[in-house]
Amino acid sequence: MDDFRIPLGKWADQGVDVLTDTLRPLFDLIRLVFTAIYDAVEFVLITPPFWVIILAAVVIAFMVKGWKFAAGTAVGLLLIVGVNQWETSMESLSLVLVASAIAIAIAVPLGILAARSDLASTILRPVLDFMQTMPAFVYLVPALIIFRIGVVPGIVATVIFAMAPGVRLTELGIRSVDSEVVEAGQSFGSSPWRILRQIQLPLATPTIMAGVNQVIMLSLSMVVIAGMVGAGGLGGQIVQALSRIDVGLGAEAGISVVIIAIFLDRLSGALAGKRRSPLRWFTGRNKESQKLAA
Amino acid sequence: MTSSTSVSAKNLYKVFGRRPKDAVRKLQNGASRNEIGTQETAAVIDASFDVKPGEIFVVMGLSGSGKSTLIRMLNGLLEPTSGSVTIAGTEIAGVPAATLRRVRQQNVSMVFQHFALFPHRTVLDNAAYGLEVQGVAKAERLERAQKIVKIVGLDGWQDKYPSQLSGGMQQRVGLARALATETDILLMDEAFSALDPLIRREMQEQLLELQAELGKTIIFITHDLNEAMFLGDRIAVMRDGRIVQIGTPEDILTDPANDYVAQFVQDVDRARVLTASSVMEPARAVVPLTAGPRGALRVMRDLQAGAAFVLGRDLTLLGVVRDSHVMRQVKANDTDLAKIINQEHASVSPDAALVDLFELAVESPLPIAVVDDNRRLLGVIPRVTLLAALGNVPTNTSPMAVIEPVSIIPDAELDTVLAQGELAASTAGQQGDN
Repeated sequence: MDDFRIPLGKWADQGVDVLTDTLRPLFDLIRLVFTAIYDAVEFVLITPPFWVIILAAVVIAFMVKGWKFAAGTAVGLLLIVGVNQWETSMESLSLVLVASAIAIAIAVPLGILAARSDLASTILRPVLDFMQTMPAFVYLVPALIIFRIGVVPGIVATVIFAMAPGVRLTELGIRSVDSEVVEAGQSFGSSPWRILRQIQLPLATPTIMAGVNQVIMLSLSMVVIAGMVGAGGLGGQIVQALSRIDVGLGAEAGISVVIIAIFLDRLSGALAGKRRSPLRWFTGRNKESQKLAA
Repeated sequence: MTSSTSVSAKNLYKVFGRRPKDAVRKLQNGASRNEIGTQETAAVIDASFDVKPGEIFVVMGLSGSGKSTLIRMLNGLLEPTSGSVTIAGTEIAGVPAATLRRVRQQNVSMVFQHFALFPHRTVLDNAAYGLEVQGVAKAERLERAQKIVKIVGLDGWQDKYPSQLSGGMQQRVGLARALATETDILLMDEAFSALDPLIRREMQEQLLELQAELGKTIIFITHDLNEAMFLGDRIAVMRDGRIVQIGTPEDILTDPANDYVAQFVQDVDRARVLTASSVMEPARAVVPLTAGPRGALRVMRDLQAGAAFVLGRDLTLLGVVRDSHVMRQVKANDTDLAKIINQEHASVSPDAALVDLFELAVESPLPIAVVDDNRRLLGVIPRVTLLAALGNVPTNTSPMAVIEPVSIIPDAELDTVLAQGELAASTAGQQGDN
C-alpha cells in the first residue's frame, strides 16, 4: 500500500510540456493578441489626464443611474487620485475590462449552446465546477509556463476563473424563457436562429446581464493574484505591500480596488436592470413602428 | 388531398416516454391506455378527422384528454409518433424542418392559451411578427399589421407593450398576430380559456363575426362545452387521448355517442345550441292568399285556431290573419284577404338560437314563424315546443295542442257565418256575371 501512488502531478506536468511543445505557435498568437488588446485599452485609460477619465466615468454614471451614482463616482475616483493609485488603478481596470470582455465573449456562446443541447449542458457543468473551484494559483503556474511573465497569464487565469457564472446564467436565462412564447415563434415558421436572436436572447437579457455582472466582479477579485505574475496594477502594489509589510500602501491599494469594484458593480447592475435591453442593437429593433403609427 | 379538405389527420398517435413506437404498436393491437407500460404516456390515440375549408372545428375535452397535444401535431410543434397530418395538401409528419417552416409561414398560424405575446415588442410589432418571418418588407408589414390591429379593435393601442394591456386585449393581439399572416388555417389552443367569462363571451362573438367575414378554417381547442357548442360547426369530443365522437353541436346534444358524452352535455345551455330549424314543427294553420277570407275561416275552424299564416306565391310568408278580422270581412262580403294581413308577427331564420326566441315567444300570441332568406315559411315554433326542446322532452310522443291562441269565436257562429258567406258569395258571383 505504501507504494501506491497515482502520479497525477507527473501527468499534469507532462501534459503541460506536451501542450507547450505542440501548441507553441497558438499560445504565441494568443499572447500577442491579448497583449495588443490590453495595451490598447490601457493606452486609452492612462494617456489622457485623470480628470478626463473621471469626467467620462461621471457622465456614464449619470446616464445609466442618475446624479447620486455620478456624485459617488466622482468622489471615489478622486479619492484614488488622492492616494496616488491612479495609474495602477487604470492598469487594473484595463485588465479587468479585457479579461471580462474575453470571458463574456466565450461564456455567452457556451451558455447558448448549453441551453440548446442537454448533452452540452451535461458536459459543461462539471467543467465549469472545476474552473470555478480550482484555486486560481493552481492554473497560474501552467499559465506562467505557457505565456511567460506579464499581463497575459493574469488575463488567462482571470478569464478561466470568471467565466463560469457567465455560462451558467446565460443558460438559465435562455432556458427560463416562457416555452409558449418560443412555441409562438416556431408556430409562425421562424428559424431557430431567428428565435434565438429575436425572442430568447432579448427575453434572457436581464439574466445574462446578471451573469455579466458576476463575471466582472470575479475578474476584479483576480486582480491581486494577477499581480503576482507580473501583471502590475493594484495587484502589483498589494503584492509589494505584502512583501514589505507596508500597511499604508496595502490600505491605499486595497481601497482603490474596492472603489473600482463598487463602480463596476453598480454600472453593470444598472445596465442589467434596465427595462430596455442593452442588446437591442443586436436584436434589430428600432423606432420605425412608432413613426408609422404617428 | 382534394380541395374539400383543409386539414386532415389520419390515425394520429402521440406517445411520450422511452419507447413510444412500442407503445403505439401495443395500442394498435388493442391495448388500453393503462396497459402500455409505466415509462410511456399516450397523449393521443388513433385520432382521425378531416376539417373542411371555412369550418370551425372544435376539439373538446377535459384537461389531460390530449387535445393540446393533438393541436400541436397539426402544425408540427410536436412530431406525431405515428400517423399522418396533411395541411392544405402537404404532408407535414416527418418532413424536413425547412418544409415545416414553410407550411407554418404560409398555411397555419396559431393563437395560444396564455397569449404568448412577445413582451419586448409593441402591439404593432407583435402583430407584424408573422409577416416579418415571411420576409415582408418593413413598411408593408407594419401597414398590414395596422389594418388587422384595427379590425380586432385595438386601434390606438399599437404602440403599447403587452404588459400594459388587459387579458382580453392581449388575446386580441394574439389573434391579430395570427390573422395578419393571412394563412387559411387558424389553430386556437384554449384561446379564450384564460379570460374572464364576460370577456370570453365577447371574444367568442367577435371571433364569429370575423369568421363570417374572413372564412378561415379554424381548429379551436377548448374544455368548455358551452364554448364548443357556441363556436363549433363540428365538435370532436376527446377522452383519454381518443376522439369519442365527432358531430355537429346538435348531433352531440341530441344523439350522444356514449354515456361519457351524454353526461358531458347534461350541463349544456341547450338554448344556445339548438336552433330554430331543429325544433320547429310543420305549420298547419296556413292559408294561401288565393283561398280568400272564407278559405281562411274554414282552415281556422278545422284546426280550432284563432289565427292563420297567409302564404303568397312560392310559399312566401305574407303575414297573419286573425279569425275576428276574417269573420268581419266575410260578413262584409269582402274577398280580398290581403287587406287584413297583419305583417307584425314574429319570424326568425332557421339558424336562430333558441335563446333568442324567448322574448319573441312571450310577446307574440302566435307561434313564431321560421322563414328562410326568401321568406318562405319553413315551419313554426309554438311556445310549448320551445319549452319542450329545453327540457329535452320529445314533442311527438303524445298529442299536444300546439296551436295557439285558441279560437275565441264559437264554432256554431263560425258555421253560420261561413254558410251565409257562401250564399252571399254565390249571389255576388251571379251579380258579377250579369
